[in-house]
Amino acid sequence: MAHAATLEIKNLNKQYKVRGESLPVLENISLSIKPGEFVSIVGSSGCGKSTLLKLIIGLEDDYQGELLLDGSRIVGTSLERGIVFQEHRLFPWLTVEQNISIGLLNNTKFSEEEKRKSVQEHIELVGLKDFAGAYPYQLSGGMSQRVAIARALVNRPEVLLLDEPFGALDAFTRAFLQQELQRIWEKEGITMIQVTHDVEEAVYLGDRVVVMQPRPGRIKRIIDVPLPRERNRSSAEFIAIKEEVLREFSHTADASAGLIEKAASNEEYSHSNELSYQA
Amino acid sequence: MNLIHLIRNRDWRWAVLPLTLLTVWYVVTTLGWVNTKLIVPPEKVYQAAVKAISRDGFMEGVEASLMRDMSGFVIGSFAGIVFGVLLGLSRWTERIVGPTFNTLKHISLFAWLPLISTWLGTGDSAKIVFISLTTFYPVAINTFDGVRSVPRTQLEVARVYAFTRWQSITRLIVPAASPQILTGLHLGLIYAWMATIGAEFLLVTADTGLGDAVIKGRAAFNVELIVFGMLIIGLVGALLNFIATRIESHLLAWRGDRT
Ligand SMILES: Nc1ncnc2c1ncn2[C@@H]1O[C@H](COP(=O)(O)OP(=O)(O)OP(=O)(O)O)[C@@H](O)[C@H]1O
Ligand SMILES: [Mg+2]
Repeated sequence: MAHAATLEIKNLNKQYKVRGESLPVLENISLSIKPGEFVSIVGSSGCGKSTLLKLIIGLEDDYQGELLLDGSRIVGTSLERGIVFQEHRLFPWLTVEQNISIGLLNNTKFSEEEKRKSVQEHIELVGLKDFAGAYPYQLSGGMSQRVAIARALVNRPEVLLLDEPFGALDAFTRAFLQQELQRIWEKEGITMIQVTHDVEEAVYLGDRVVVMQPRPGRIKRIIDVPLPRERNRSSAEFIAIKEEVLREFSHTADASAGLIEKAASNEEYSHSNELSYQA
Repeated sequence: MNLIHLIRNRDWRWAVLPLTLLTVWYVVTTLGWVNTKLIVPPEKVYQAAVKAISRDGFMEGVEASLMRDMSGFVIGSFAGIVFGVLLGLSRWTERIVGPTFNTLKHISLFAWLPLISTWLGTGDSAKIVFISLTTFYPVAINTFDGVRSVPRTQLEVARVYAFTRWQSITRLIVPAASPQILTGLHLGLIYAWMATIGAEFLLVTADTGLGDAVIKGRAAFNVELIVFGMLIIGLVGALLNFIATRIESHLLAWRGDRT
């Protein structure tokens, strides 16, 4: 079982250099996440949610402020921290099963036998048993995203970051996977941070909902969700909290535009990121 | 199962052009419209073929050419892939080696021949070096391009799963670049065959080889032997191309049907 970690974000600032100019993307982000907590992050498109996850996972080390995991500074990536990217990022030359196995490639905690078993379990978890030998080109967007979720989970990290993992799924699969994610979270005690544009999902899964606002990306408000689980989406308390989050949104200029814009932007994003590789 | 069915369902359109040419060839030579000393009739080529094949040495020549071709191809592709990957991986090596490489690649490959033969003579090793060099360029250039175009998003995945340098190369960079690498190998295979024949024409020795057989045909003003040699050269080339295409589409099946 993963020992969940405390994540401390203190006065985090991040800029990107765009044509020689420094563009502030994150400004003064402070957030303390308890071990085993589930934090939802919502905010309009471009407010820096993916950037924040990229910093926490350790893919980017050019920032100001502090990022501490159990008190020590985050340096580079680690198998203790997992991520489901906004785009599925599967390897197209590997089958579903092989793609999920990538998650365990450098795992030293499991024996070979345990690895095999774990991969099979996760293929079943995301409902792709009949597609274990299929290549990504044979999958729909939602199926690919489910493979990516399995790849991140299979390793049982202490901290799991999820960047709109259910965005491309139908309502039914989404509800099922939300429940499964909650089950794994409760069982394993993993610290989870999920970015979503679905306010209901944010409230359903989160202990807290962090609302961000853009230009530069800041935390606008943090809303507690003190409801017991399994939560009832149609209860008055649930709806009240949902309304509260939505109200924060409508205060943010161009927030609603951002939300609508979101719907179809996943693919575009992945293409714009195909910069050439320099080691 | 059903042979007639099989024959009917095949696309035979490719055969139209060769059959037409063969007919025209046959007609103009039998009607005597051309100088049959220069343009020999098909049946003479056929007789030359039968004679050449039954005679000692011709098939050995083909075999010797193919051996040279393959040795040069294997050495050149291996070097090309290693060079392309190394160059593509590091900006540092690219800065140092890249410009020189870009200049060298503009030297016509045949311009290397005098130098190679000065160093190594005209024997097998000179030929194989020339063939390797010919294979090296397209393989190295395409491998380099392939390695360079590995998406950054996928490299981030490799970092998240703590790939070692070696794992990144073998499990991400080479497979991701494999379409371009295979394109390079395919080109290399075709160039290598041309280089084999070219080397045999230009570095004449007592060694056997297809090119050598054709040269002998010219010396003896044996046009039918020359034509037969050309046909064999073309057929071998087509066969190599066919095999390469098959292997390529098999290895790239993961890309789906987008040939
Ligand atoms: N590599 C980069 N170079 C320059 N600017 C970048 C880079 N990555 C992101 N940005 C900029 O940073 C800002 C935040 O981007 P980010 O991807 O974090 O937004 P997001 O909140 O995840 O948006 P979405 O909801 O659309 O996914 C955007 O304005 C974007 O243009
Ligand atoms: Mg994002």
